[in-house]
Amino acid sequence: MSASQNHSSPALERIPVTLTVNGQTRTVEVLPWTVLLDLLRDHLGLTGTKKGCDHGQCGACTVLIDGKRINSCMALAVMKDGASVTTIEGLAKNGELHPLQQAFIDHDAFQCGYCTSGQICSGVALIQEGRARTRNEICEWMSGNICRCGAYTNIVDAIEQVLGSTTEAAR
Amino acid sequence: MLKAQGYVGAPQNRVDGRAKVTGEARYAAEFEVPDLAYGIVISSAIAKGRITSIDASAALAIPGVVQIFTHENRPRTAWFDRSYRDDVAPPGSPFRPLYDEQVVYSGQPIALVVADEFEIAAHAASLVRVEYETDTHMTDLDIKRSEAYVPPKKRSGVTPPPSPRGDADQAFAQAPVKVHGEYRIAIEHHNPMEPHASTVVYEEDGKLTIHDKTQGVQNSQRYVSSVFGLSSDQVRVVSPFVGGAFGSGLRPQYQLFLAVMAALELKRSVRVVLTRDQMFTFGYRPQAIQTISLGANPDGTLQSIMHDAVQTTSSFEDYQEVIVNWSNLLYHCDNVKLTYKLAQVDTYTPSDMRAPGAATGVTAIETAMDELAYAVGIDPVELRIRNYTEADEANKRDFTSKELRACYQLGAERFGWSTRNPQPRSMREGRELVGWGMATGVWEAFMQKTAARAVLHADGHLDVSTATSDIGTGTYTILAQIAADTLGLAINKVTTRIGDSSLPKSPVQGGSWTAASAGTAVQVACRSVRETLFKYAREMDGSPLANASLEHVSFADGRIVLTNDPETGISFTDIMRAKGVDTVEAEEMAAPGMMTSLRYSGYSHSAIFAEVRVDEELGIVRVTRIVNAVAAGTILNPKTARSQIIGGIVFGIGMALEEESLLDHNLGRFMNHNLAEYHVPVNADIHDIDVIFVSEHDDKLNPMGIKGLGEIGIVGTAAAIGNAIFHATGKRIREYPITVDKILG
Repeated sequence: MSASQNHSSPALERIPVTLTVNGQTRTVEVLPWTVLLDLLRDHLGLTGTKKGCDHGQCGACTVLIDGKRINSCMALAVMKDGASVTTIEGLAKNGELHPLQQAFIDHDAFQCGYCTSGQICSGVALIQEGRARTRNEICEWMSGNICRCGAYTNIVDAIEQVLGSTTEAAR
Repeated sequence: MLKAQGYVGAPQNRVDGRAKVTGEARYAAEFEVPDLAYGIVISSAIAKGRITSIDASAALAIPGVVQIFTHENRPRTAWFDRSYRDDVAPPGSPFRPLYDEQVVYSGQPIALVVADEFEIAAHAASLVRVEYETDTHMTDLDIKRSEAYVPPKKRSGVTPPPSPRGDADQAFAQAPVKVHGEYRIAIEHHNPMEPHASTVVYEEDGKLTIHDKTQGVQNSQRYVSSVFGLSSDQVRVVSPFVGGAFGSGLRPQYQLFLAVMAALELKRSVRVVLTRDQMFTFGYRPQAIQTISLGANPDGTLQSIMHDAVQTTSSFEDYQEVIVNWSNLLYHCDNVKLTYKLAQVDTYTPSDMRAPGAATGVTAIETAMDELAYAVGIDPVELRIRNYTEADEANKRDFTSKELRACYQLGAERFGWSTRNPQPRSMREGRELVGWGMATGVWEAFMQKTAARAVLHADGHLDVSTATSDIGTGTYTILAQIAADTLGLAINKVTTRIGDSSLPKSPVQGGSWTAASAGTAVQVACRSVRETLFKYAREMDGSPLANASLEHVSFADGRIVLTNDPETGISFTDIMRAKGVDTVEAEEMAAPGMMTSLRYSGYSHSAIFAEVRVDEELGIVRVTRIVNAVAAGTILNPKTARSQIIGGIVFGIGMALEEESLLDHNLGRFMNHNLAEYHVPVNADIHDIDVIFVSEHDDKLNPMGIKGLGEIGIVGTAAAIGNAIFHATGKRIREYPITVDKILG
């Protein structure tokens, strides 16, 4: 038998976390070890952000924090207090899809759809980062997002299309 | 008639696309339920033995922990094995979670911690102390193969190897050219992106609504009913979206059992989600060791085929798949001996994984055929054409259709195969050796009995439904296309409902049979609605269609019109108003024709051409180009069809180069149970993939000539890559995945 543990079982302490999520200010009291991903999914009901591995290995949980893409499963919620979070639910404006969302539909850049939110958030950030210019660079910078259905070539097509129109618009 | 609108055969965006790109599509763990409890599974730390004690006191002391279920306090469930045997279970005694103190594999679920919040359950689970008495386990197929046996009971739907024909041993001994080798395919895990999950909603009346990750809502529903002794109307399984499965969702997995058990016991809604690690604690593509002997004349014609496979199964079920039969199915030969055996290891039972059996067996035979091509000095494509078979020789049946010759020809043309110098190591670019290889793919074209309902509303909207799934295959879309065409409606007037056990009967989604099965059922149901509607139209007072017959009218834009005079017709709405009905409904069953299956064999085929670049110093392989020419009957939606084939090819690239679940035989456990160490292809691994759909007319399999596309993309892909690696390096590697160590070793 293992040694009996001396847990005094105090009431679990909760910490308030305030986030701006898709433009709305939300305050939630969470246990200190609550991960941002679970806060979004379980506490705020924003299940568009997916849990694929919980280890920062698959990218399904990608969200934008102050415009930068992160794996939300790798961030404790309390560490992001005060941050601005954009999830897949916040990309469409007034019912109109973000160009990359539309490009994903047009290029059939998903099958089961489970990695899709992460792919799109990652792709939106990649376009903003401005560091991918070629197809190979898109492949490289999108390799943190696994798609088990294997829609990679279509994902690159979709991003390339939006990247192309963004670059043209900037000219 | 069917082409009135022409959705079938035309590229169509997924009808569920918007839900998936906005995050609105809800998967099994995502349904909001009031007062939901969260369950965390504790997995065994040993591979074999018994649990001597479980100390849950510290965990139970955490505020918010509701209950900890173990074998000591689990509720009673059904007694007999048959109650646990689901629709696709192999022969044997299905695993029962928390049944007793025995541990039969590493990672076996041994406790469920239920708490008010996920975070509390996770913390509490870390405090549960388990002690074991270990027993000797064995997970090494190389040792267990000496005890391999022919499965005494055949698995339903899996054809055992045919009896030998001719004298393969003697023909091999006498053959002027011989190829003999042992081929190994590693264990693979499905690893769909969505971990397995079940949200069991405990309704006020005690009924259960279950959101389960499954490829078969009715399979899960029957399993839950029979295991927990519930009547079928007490259990409804709903699964509108499935985040990939590839076979892992065919059988009800243990999280379903545990979530239902807890919900019934606690009279509360419960969700259980497996971790990624735990995705390595149930079914997998079994390891197979295959031995192939090919005897041939100097002109390449096969004189003898011998193909033997031994494969792992668990200690409690005889999992089986078709591995060796493909060799003779692909090539003509008079002397054939095919054998297949199982060896028991202490893991969970393997399960079907994308193109089960074919992905394994065809990889081996297609590697061996490449070796034969070099042995006789004949181009690999030419060798396959010289041994082409026009019939299913083992079963003495003709094919319903077979355009494999065209696959070879069109694929080779697109790839530029004719310029290939057969000499290994003959192409180089910078530090990389370049190689070109090819292989054949094949998969059976199944159809399963399936029912569907069609309901046409007076406003011209059509609902079609059947209890099948869409695991990413595009089922929603093709069913809407078929329905829209059959009733002459715009596709946005059609709503498809699937993934609900209360809908018309459908088998699990698997085997590439859904398009043929559910597609035909939907078409038949819609045709029935057509007939009723047309009958009503003729009955109307002064009907302009009174003297017309069904063959002389068209259904277009929500109207029935005379085909020769489209101005003359009546709208669906007017017909239904005149009849005084709000809806016209039909439920129909579609099943494969008995006579067809007795006389014919139906298969899809493909020819895969691959280009690899191998860094000579580092041994890194890049698959820079793939052309896959597929003959799979009618292609309903070229857009989603292409995606399915690309997905299969990506799976095949994983099989060729990356995927391998590594067992530590000392611990009897998979070591690389996460996505950082179990490598699947990522974006940077994938380059040009070109899919060709070869025109193939099939008027025997089913009314629309559909063969299905879920599996064919993976079959043969690994062999084409392996063969290209040989061409690049001159090194024949018979052990997949072909990793850096094997190339440099």
